[in-house]
Amino acid sequence: MAEVLVLVEHADGEPKKVTAELLTLARTLGEPSAVFLGGPGTYAKAKEYLAQYGAAKVYVGESDDLADYVVAPAAEVLAKLIASASPVAVLTAATPDARETAARAAAKSDSGFLWDAVGLTPELVATQGIFGGSTIVQSHVTKGIPVIAVRPNSTAAEAAPGTPTEEQLTIEVSDVAKTAKIVDRVVEAKSGRPDLTEAQIVVSGGRGLGAGENFALVEKLADSLGAAVGASRAATDAGWYPHQNQVGQTGKTVSPQLYVAVGISGAIQHRAGMQTSKTIVAINKDPEAPIFELADFGLVGDLFQVVPQLTDEVEKRK
Amino acid sequence: MNIVVTVKQVPDTWAEKKLDASDRTTDRKSVDNVMNEMDEYGVEEALRIKEAHGGEVTVVTMGPQKAVETIRKALSMGADKAVHLTDDALHGSDALQTSKALAKVIATLSPDLVITATEASDARGGVMGALLAERLGLPQLTLARKVTVDPAAGTVQIERQADNGYALVEASLPAVVGVVEKINEPRYPSFKGIMAAKKKPLTTLGVGEAGLDASEVGLASAGSKVDDAEPRPPRQSGTIVKDEGDGGAKIAEFLATQKLI
Ligand SMILES: Cc1cc2nc3c(=O)[nH]c(=O)nc-3n(C[C@H](O)[C@H](O)[C@H](O)COP(=O)(O)OP(=O)(O)OC[C@H]3O[C@@H](n4cnc5c(N)ncnc54)[C@H](O)[C@@H]3O)c2cc1C
Repeated sequence: MAEVLVLVEHADGEPKKVTAELLTLARTLGEPSAVFLGGPGTYAKAKEYLAQYGAAKVYVGESDDLADYVVAPAAEVLAKLIASASPVAVLTAATPDARETAARAAAKSDSGFLWDAVGLTPELVATQGIFGGSTIVQSHVTKGIPVIAVRPNSTAAEAAPGTPTEEQLTIEVSDVAKTAKIVDRVVEAKSGRPDLTEAQIVVSGGRGLGAGENFALVEKLADSLGAAVGASRAATDAGWYPHQNQVGQTGKTVSPQLYVAVGISGAIQHRAGMQTSKTIVAINKDPEAPIFELADFGLVGDLFQVVPQLTDEVEKRK
Repeated sequence: MNIVVTVKQVPDTWAEKKLDASDRTTDRKSVDNVMNEMDEYGVEEALRIKEAHGGEVTVVTMGPQKAVETIRKALSMGADKAVHLTDDALHGSDALQTSKALAKVIATLSPDLVITATEASDARGGVMGALLAERLGLPQLTLARKVTVDPAAGTVQIERQADNGYALVEASLPAVVGVVEKINEPRYPSFKGIMAAKKKPLTTLGVGEAGLDASEVGLASAGSKVDDAEPRPPRQSGTIVKDEGDGGAKIAEFLATQKLI
C-alpha cells in the first residue's frame, strides 16, 4: 500500500493528540509511516502511542541538532525522507512549528503545500475554511508530493493497535540549517489545563471581565468542565491573560466540541478563531452582541452572576 | 543596519472577502484594500531598530499596481525607500512561489535583517518568514515577540513564542526575523511623514527585471489548485434567553441535553 508520512507532533517526546488524528487520517489514504524527530532519548515516550494509533512504520530521528535549532534541521530531514520514500502525501499538524517545517520541506522538494486542512479525501482533495472560515474551499496539490498541514481537532482519532517496524535515521544536518540556535527555553505558564488547540472544551474570557483577577471566574468554570482557557485580544492586550491563550485571527484557531464565550462581543477577528466550534455558548449582557449570531445557546445577562452559578451547576452534575 | 521589511496589501479585515468567480484567487477588486495590519508591526519594528542603531529601511512588496498605496503607508510611517514587484504574470502565485520571488528581490538588496510579520489576514499561511529564510539560506527567527540586535557583535536574539512560554533564539546577521503583533505598538503616519513619503524613492520591477522566469510564478504553475469554493452554510440560529436569576442553571441544562456535561 502507498506510504503516507505523518510528522509526529510532540513535546519532548510526549505525543500530542493531533498525532493520533493524523495517523487516523493517514490510514484512509494509505499506510501511515510516522516520522519522529526530536532530541536524544525522546522517542521512547512516543513509541507505544504511535503503535496504538496504527503507524505501520516509524522513522526515528533523534539528535541534538533537531532539538537545538529552529525548524530548519527538521525540514531538511523531512525533505530527505520525502525524496527517499516518495510517499503519496505528507501530513503534519497545522501548528506553528510543524507548518513552518512542512512549508520548508515542501519548498526543498518542489512540492505543493496546503495548510489548515480540516478534511482530506482518499483522492487527496483537502477541505479548508478560508477568510476566517467564511468560505469553504476544496483544493488539491498539483506539483510534487502533497504536503498538507492539518488542523488539530478536525479528525476523530481511532486506535488501531499494531507493531510498527522501526527505521533509525542518520541525522546529518547542513551548516546552513544550524544557524538559529535555541539557547534557552523559558516556561511561563504551566496551567495543567489541556492545550488550547487540542481541547474538547474551551472557555474564553473577554473585556467584559473588567480586570485580570476576574479571569479566576473563567478558570474555575474551565476547570469544572475540564476545559482550556482562551481570551479575546482585548483581554490579552490589557495584560489580563497571556497572549498564548488568545483566540482569533492573530491568536489560535480552535475547533472544540464546546466553546463558551464569556464577556466577548464576537468581533470578526475573534470569530475567525472559533466559529468552527461544534457548539457555541455565549454569555453577554448586551443582547445585540454579534457573538449571539453564532451561539447555539446565548444567555443575555451579567457574567458575574451567571458564571459562578454555571460553575456550581456543572460541579453538582458531576 | 540595512533592514528590509516585507508588506502585503490585503482586503480590509472588515470587508466581506470572497474568491474571484473566474479563477478562484482572492478577489482584490471588489473590496477596499489596506496594508495587512500585522505588517504594521513589522514596519514598526524595522523603524525602531533603525532608530536605535542607524541605517536604512527598505519596504518590499509583491502585488498588483494598487499595492503602491500600501508602500506609501509604510513610507509615511518612516521607511526610507521601497521596491514594488508587480507584474500580471505574478497573479495567483502561491506562498512557495511568492517566497521565491520576494527572496530574489531581497537578495539584491543585501540586507542585514529581513523583517516579516507572522501572517497576512487574507491567506493566513503563517509561513512566509520560514520560507524566506529557506530561500535566502538565512537563520529563521520567526514568531518573535521581542528582538534584540547587537550590530557590533553582528548578532540578533529573539524570544520565540511557544505554547507555554518562549524560546530564546540567537543567530548571526544577516537573518530573517518574523514578528508577532505583541512586539510593539505601531505608530500612525504623521502629516509630515505622509508628505515626505511622496518624495521617497520607489523602484518598480517586473518579473523579468527581477530576474524571475514568468513560468516559475503565477496561477498556471502554482503548487495547488482550488477546485471548488462555497460560502460556509450559516449556523442554525440558536436559543437566546435572558437571565432571570437562573441563567447559569439554564446553560447547565442545555449542556446536559447536548451531552456536553
Ligand atoms: C489586525 C487585528 C487582529 C485582531 N486579532 C484578534 C484576535 O486574534 N482575537 C480577538 O479576540 N480579537 C482580535 N482583534 C480585536 C477585535 O477586533 C476586538 O477588538 C476584540 O475581539 C474585542 O474583544 P472583546 O470581545 O473581549 O471586547 P469587547 O468588544 O469590548 O466586548 C466586550 C463584551 O463584554 C460584554 N460585557 C461587558 N460587561 C459584561 C458583564 N458584566 N457581563 C456580561 N457581558 C459583559 C459587552 O457587552 C461586550 O460585548 C483583532 C483586531 C485587529 C485589528
